[in-house]
Amino acid sequence: MSTGFDFLNSTAGFSIAWSIIDYEAGDTYFHVFLVGIANTLIVSFFAILATTLLGFVVGVMRLSSNFVIAKLASAYVEVMRNVPLLLHILFWFTLSSALPPPKQSLGWLDSFFLNNRGFYVPAPVPGDGFDIVIIMVLLGIVAAYGVTVWATKRQFATGQRFPAFWTGVGLIFGLPLLAFLALGAPLTFDYPALKGFNFQGGADVPRAFCALLFALVLYHTVFMAEAVRAGILSVSHGQTEASYSLGLKPSWTLRLVVIPQAMRAVVPPMISNWMNVVKNSSLAIAIGYPDLVAVFMQTSLNQSGHAIEIVAMVMLFYMTVSLTISAALNYYNKLVQIKER
Amino acid sequence: MKKVSLLALGAGFLASLAFTPEPVLAQDSTLDIVKNRGMLRCQLGTPAPGFYALSDDGKWSGFDVENCRAVSAAIFGDPDKIEYQSVTSAVRFTAMANGESDMLSRTTTWTLFRDTQLGLDFTTVNFYDGQGFMVTNDSGVNSAMELKGATVCVLTGTTTELNLTDYSRTNSLDITPVVFEDSNVRDSTFFSGGCDAITNDKSSLASTRAKAPDQSIFSILPETISKEPLGPVVRQNDSQWKDIVLWSLFAMINAEEMGINSGNVDEMKASSTNPEVKRMLGVEGDLNKGLGLEPEWAYNIIKTVGNYAENYEEFMGPKTVMNIPRKGSVNDLWTKGGLMYSPPFR
Repeated sequence: MSTGFDFLNSTAGFSIAWSIIDYEAGDTYFHVFLVGIANTLIVSFFAILATTLLGFVVGVMRLSSNFVIAKLASAYVEVMRNVPLLLHILFWFTLSSALPPPKQSLGWLDSFFLNNRGFYVPAPVPGDGFDIVIIMVLLGIVAAYGVTVWATKRQFATGQRFPAFWTGVGLIFGLPLLAFLALGAPLTFDYPALKGFNFQGGADVPRAFCALLFALVLYHTVFMAEAVRAGILSVSHGQTEASYSLGLKPSWTLRLVVIPQAMRAVVPPMISNWMNVVKNSSLAIAIGYPDLVAVFMQTSLNQSGHAIEIVAMVMLFYMTVSLTISAALNYYNKLVQIKER
Repeated sequence: MKKVSLLALGAGFLASLAFTPEPVLAQDSTLDIVKNRGMLRCQLGTPAPGFYALSDDGKWSGFDVENCRAVSAAIFGDPDKIEYQSVTSAVRFTAMANGESDMLSRTTTWTLFRDTQLGLDFTTVNFYDGQGFMVTNDSGVNSAMELKGATVCVLTGTTTELNLTDYSRTNSLDITPVVFEDSNVRDSTFFSGGCDAITNDKSSLASTRAKAPDQSIFSILPETISKEPLGPVVRQNDSQWKDIVLWSLFAMINAEEMGINSGNVDEMKASSTNPEVKRMLGVEGDLNKGLGLEPEWAYNIIKTVGNYAENYEEFMGPKTVMNIPRKGSVNDLWTKGGLMYSPPFR
């Protein structure tokens, strides 16, 4: 058996079904490694984003005083967490095979199409001067931050409040919109169109991506929700009563008193949940989504035979991602935890 | 403190990479290991009709299974002293190279790369195949050249995956491969319309079709886009073991050529006057010595497993789900215009 990392420079003779970075058959194995990383990270990113948002909603729902809402949320939690993730993935993949074939695709507005191959959307094509719009978005964010800092300072000094949130929203969306209109709307769309076997043009995500994302989000939301519930319950009820007696309305109490203290208990389990999302995305191999494990640890390993090197590289990648997530959230945890001086 | 321990962990990891031992040193010969164990470890794929089917009561049977049984018969005089290992195609070579399996017999294509860079040796070819495409009849596709822009289901870690890409690039067909690890998920995805076509060796396509609820709605396209010589594989650097597997196959092919089958082998052994038959069946000479086997090794194969033609009829012939005609094909005997040829038993 030949060993060493030389194979990374030789060409990989296979094509990859779907990739967010450019790849074509004949690129090197190292390029395949990058394609796999990109595909793993993109699905993990969306899964983490949705998991975190939904987790907060479900966690708060479970504590709702409304009987129906609270029971619905607990039923969801119990059903989802008691079934292995692999079954969730295979379930959504199998269920999606009931979607119509390309020629009878479900379509909306002649621009969005869903069939048993994937989801097809128009792809934006930036024209001349579109980068100015992007610069305006960045400027808007900086300006919004500035306004918030100024408003907070003024409130502390004078007690006068300023609608900093809505001003910020206006800056972030308004500035680029004005620039966009002033430049004469430099953006066109490439619409997907049925041609031959399937849709050509536009942008698409394969069915396996959708099934994987669904399964990851539905499954991991549960653990996020439980962490949020535990966090909120860890804040003593006296805190809520105290803030009510100060005259704060319930939404402010939640936002200004309960959630900030709850975050201390939420962040540590959230770290491992985020890591689990990234690691569990490797189960994609079961349904043919070309993630890092599928394209590199399966296909490349088989075609090149460099088992030890490839497994080590994949392990190193997952370790790096996990340690990065852990480091970032631990930093955030330091910010929110009780400052003992 | 934390940083130090992480560094140590990383260093230990790298060190373990650097000192990875060579897989299975050839101190003991595979034959000795197998004899001591009293069992042959034979690697098959996940169940596929024709080649390695699994019955309801857990028995393996099929065209490739017969190779394992022949080797077992040659060594032990009993074709069933076998521990079957069902392994996905993605990890088949790793399982061979690290010594888990003694031999591999599972529709594996012989290529230069695999023969020289994976620590493996191919023995010979027991089935000459070629890659093709299968589509549903109502797709209206009659030729592989009409597959422009199609989505094609394929198994990971196979030569077919590479051939598909080559074919697509050569003919600018822009085919999207959907790569599966498990042949069952691949097949059910194709059956439910998740791919426009499925590609594999043509015999394996017949095997996939045999699994479908309604077989009449699928057709295999006429194009053959590659050469797929399939045959058993052993670990590199054990010539005696390679010879045993190789000549067990030759024994079945040669038996067909000389008209010996499981029905008449006893009679031939007792009364044949043909010296080659006598040498092969262990009545005369000492052809068994170099193999380290009993004199009757070939007799045992033919008696218990049968000759090549018998196995072909039983698992691939017109009466089976595979229904791949042999007459006049490359898999016929060399005397009938095919490629099946055994060196002389001398």
